[in-house]
Amino acid sequence: MTAQLLTFYLFSGVILISSLMVISTKNPVHSVLFLILSFLNAAGLFVILHAEFLAMILIIVYVGAVAVLFLFVVMMLDFKTSINKDNILQYIPIGILIGVVFIAELIIVLINTKFDLSNIQVLPNPLSDFTGKSNTEAIGSVLYTDYILYFQLSGVILLVAMIGSIVLTLREREGVKRQVVSEQLQRQGKINLVDVKSGKGVDI
Amino acid sequence: MINLAQTYFIEVMTIILYCLLIFVPLLLGVVMALYADRKIWAAVQKRRGPNVVGPYGLFQVPADGLKFIFKEIILPDGSDKTVFLIAPIITLALSIAAWAVVPVQAGVVLANINVGILYIFAISSLGVYGILMAGWSSNSKYPFFGALRSAAQMVSYEVSIGFVIITVLLCVGSLNLTEIVMAQKTMWFFIPLFPMFIVFFISALAETNRPPFDLPEAESELVAGYQTEYSGMPFVLFMFGEYINILLMCAMTTILFLGGWLPPIDIYPINAVPGFVWFLLKVTFVFYLFAMVKAFVPRYRYDQLMRLGWKVFLPLSLFAVVATSSILFFFNLAPGM
Repeated sequence: MTAQLLTFYLFSGVILISSLMVISTKNPVHSVLFLILSFLNAAGLFVILHAEFLAMILIIVYVGAVAVLFLFVVMMLDFKTSINKDNILQYIPIGILIGVVFIAELIIVLINTKFDLSNIQVLPNPLSDFTGKSNTEAIGSVLYTDYILYFQLSGVILLVAMIGSIVLTLREREGVKRQVVSEQLQRQGKINLVDVKSGKGVDI
Repeated sequence: MINLAQTYFIEVMTIILYCLLIFVPLLLGVVMALYADRKIWAAVQKRRGPNVVGPYGLFQVPADGLKFIFKEIILPDGSDKTVFLIAPIITLALSIAAWAVVPVQAGVVLANINVGILYIFAISSLGVYGILMAGWSSNSKYPFFGALRSAAQMVSYEVSIGFVIITVLLCVGSLNLTEIVMAQKTMWFFIPLFPMFIVFFISALAETNRPPFDLPEAESELVAGYQTEYSGMPFVLFMFGEYINILLMCAMTTILFLGGWLPPIDIYPINAVPGFVWFLLKVTFVFYLFAMVKAFVPRYRYDQLMRLGWKVFLPLSLFAVVATSSILFFFNLAPGM
């Protein structure tokens, strides 16, 4: 139990420090790298909770794909000219506003439940028994049956976002020669293989 | 605190011992792989390859390693020095970390976790950070282009690798690597899933930046890609990380398609051979294929590489997922149904 506690404090401590570094470092690339570090430690917290499937998916999706794109974009920036120390203070009001909203939400939830978490009944139908099932199996058996509508809906939303971004960025340029592989492969009669006899050459 | 140390001391020490049991054979494996790679490449080109240091040139790789250790570590003036030095360490550490879940024989594995295949997939998807950090922190054009190419390439081919893994998982019904091997007792998966075996093999080549997909380090265009500014020990770390990743991909091909440690025929004199021997033989065979491909396939152009990944492999593997699950469903073959 103690080892678990120690690992918990290790992971959450690193999360807190690296999240602070995300917003306090001057270099945007360092910020993204610290963001990745905090994602990784969040995955570690999931592992402590025995939610290993969620931990791996967090790493694969957020760290392996989303953060790579972040880093891609940030690396392209010419950050040496874009850092301006003066206007850091201008974001404080909106930061305070967001913080107040989150604290208010927390307070509302805590007051409503009167600190008794057993009173919370959010699920319309209680989850079925998962004893003896692995993480992956349990999530799959709920996700594709009870929550199929939400699952499909989020899939459609992602599809719309994907098609939208393709439509917005697609630009047809004229006068560009494109390589069509199937046409090249279908070309007949123009290429023929010749067995060249040594010392005699070949007629072209 | 003292109590805690007493409780966990032995446990931590055994884990460290197990880690060394993985690490030392792995380093030996990398040395042999480097040697074999150069020898096979030389044999295809009718050269002799390394043959001076030691018998048959066997000590060439340790000699090279020793030379790199004594070389000066050059830190470019304009580089981001912390990130520059962390990048090779991350590459090597991640490539070794993935081996923690690889079973070499029934029950012989450091961590037999439920989501083994996802773990390997996650760790290998992190490998791109070492390359990106190296390319960016060098503050130089060739490494930067190498890193951008490499990141785009690895992200693209990871997609089709993911779908190929899903087709295998559909036939197994578990994410545990040991169970994936045990599911191949009757038939190795490369027979029913042969097209996926080919897709996985080619994607593994692209994922490990091996020729013909070694555009991130294409010496004719980018000097050495993201490694251009590295010298001495950090370069060795990159080199080792790369080869350990290649061996990992060979092991993955073995586990997913070639039946892991299982003997080819389950009759007496053959199945008496211990499992890890079969595992090693199969990994060596896949590595031999990797080396042969390096020797006789010309390098791809970058747009051809992207076309292959997104327009050929992605639709093919997506179709395979649908086809496999339909067949398993209609013939009631799906495990756990």
